[in-house]
Amino acid sequence: MNAIETQSLTYQYPNTGKGTPAAIEGINLAAQPGQLLCIIGHTGSGKSTLVQHLNALLKPTGGAVFVDGKNIWQNKASIRQARFWVGLCFQYPEYQMFEETVEKDIAFGPKNMGLPGDEIRARVLRAAEYVGLPESCLPKSPFDLSGGEKRRAAIAGVMAMEPRALVLDEPTAGLDPAGKEQIQQLILRYRRETGRTVLLISHNMEEVARLADQILVMHQGRAALCGTAAEVFGRAAQLREMGLSVPVVTDIFERLRAAGLPVSAEIFTEEQAAAELARLKREGVRLP
Amino acid sequence: MIKGITIGQYFAGRSPLHRMDARMKIVLTLAYMVVIFLCKNFWALGCTALAAVLCAALSGVPAKMILRSMRPVLILVLFTGVLNVFYTNGPNTHIWFQYELWRVTLKITREGVFTAMFTTIRILCLIAVSSLLTYTTTPSMLTTAMERLLLPLAKLKVPVAVFAMMMTLALRFVPTLIEETERIMNAQKSRGANLETGSLLQRVRAFVPVLVPLFVSAFRRAAELASAMESRCYTGEGPRTSLKQLRLRPWDFGWLAGTVLLTAGIVALNHFFRAVI
Repeated sequence: MNAIETQSLTYQYPNTGKGTPAAIEGINLAAQPGQLLCIIGHTGSGKSTLVQHLNALLKPTGGAVFVDGKNIWQNKASIRQARFWVGLCFQYPEYQMFEETVEKDIAFGPKNMGLPGDEIRARVLRAAEYVGLPESCLPKSPFDLSGGEKRRAAIAGVMAMEPRALVLDEPTAGLDPAGKEQIQQLILRYRRETGRTVLLISHNMEEVARLADQILVMHQGRAALCGTAAEVFGRAAQLREMGLSVPVVTDIFERLRAAGLPVSAEIFTEEQAAAELARLKREGVRLP
Repeated sequence: MIKGITIGQYFAGRSPLHRMDARMKIVLTLAYMVVIFLCKNFWALGCTALAAVLCAALSGVPAKMILRSMRPVLILVLFTGVLNVFYTNGPNTHIWFQYELWRVTLKITREGVFTAMFTTIRILCLIAVSSLLTYTTTPSMLTTAMERLLLPLAKLKVPVAVFAMMMTLALRFVPTLIEETERIMNAQKSRGANLETGSLLQRVRAFVPVLVPLFVSAFRRAAELASAMESRCYTGEGPRTSLKQLRLRPWDFGWLAGTVLLTAGIVALNHFFRAVI
């Protein structure tokens, strides 16, 4: 059974004319439990519209959404359950913080679930731990944190609901390299320690190559490509046509291969690139 | 949920009304409002109403949209109409219908019916013409025109330009803030906030998680905008020119002449036919 599944999901925004194409059309997405699925696509390709269906914020105009095999639009209770089963963290989530203290803000989700006080406290501490916020931050005002800390506190606010699947919409957008690295690390660690499903929207191909088990490419409201990093980044020309790119190292190795070097076609991360270069050096391969 | 709200209900087009100078449009709309209250008999009223209908037809704005703008005042119109029918009294009124109900005499007089008809038609014409003004003029054009029209007040040290800038900015940020509200609402709903059900008090309380971030972001935007304006040397002083230049063209004077003609016609009709109210 898939953790999250959509069947020919279609959504047409209301009040749009008859000729307007649907925002998303016929999306079949399947994320297995514990998988890290990355969604990439050009601005306006329908990524954000897609993820807003996963926790029942938007009602599909066609098709269905299943979370752990359960249709989320079955009844009122299943809709509410979807909110907590799928934790959706929007772009720039720090702008949604409103409580006086970081602790209270992280506790907002669990409180809405109606959990007892000690359970809420335990979840807040656990979530703060996952995102690497020291306990000394908890009594502070969210506005006194640094940019990166705020972002991590906001992500903790979604993690504290302990959803079966975590959906993050561009969690590293607008952060400095150190902040980006921290977020990527925490996503990897969260997945490793909880074994829960993670969906991630990203524009950064290096990030996608590094994190994803599976990649879904959206283009003009449709799922254009879906597969592993090798399957998706192997189609560089098609990606470029859609206004996307491949990781820089993949590009470099593609050129090396074009120049006649016998290098692998499946180089997507810096680690893989370093290993491949080391192999070339060991084998004494030179440019022809 | 809150998408679809339109502020400044501009309806794009290239009709003669759209092309009229916005200043002229404002002045003529005001003139029309005066004219409609000058009418003393049905001939005069009919001509003025016909002028409004002609303008509406010329504008190319669908009749449905203009009728829709009348909907909010419909209750007011009905209410004043009914009151006028029953409460017009005078020494030489013609009684059409009389009915004794307990100790109250319900009386319908000819004058009452006429007054009711006059008020109803007047209000509807006013709404139609003023909504035509907003349908055929972009909000930014309206504020520019207002600024130009109020410019003489600057001599009296009224900061007209600053007020106009504030208006423009406020209008500019309405769609942005609507979008922002929607985003924050979705974010809080994703954390299980219940914004749609419960008693009024519960719902007001439930909106705190939306309002606090909204205000924070509005202030942040305002601060950013202020520094962006300052870094481009905006001080609020001195005469400012505008990107969209307002220029009076021959046809604007044609509209002016038309309105003068209408006014003269109304005065003449008032003179030649007996006043009914």
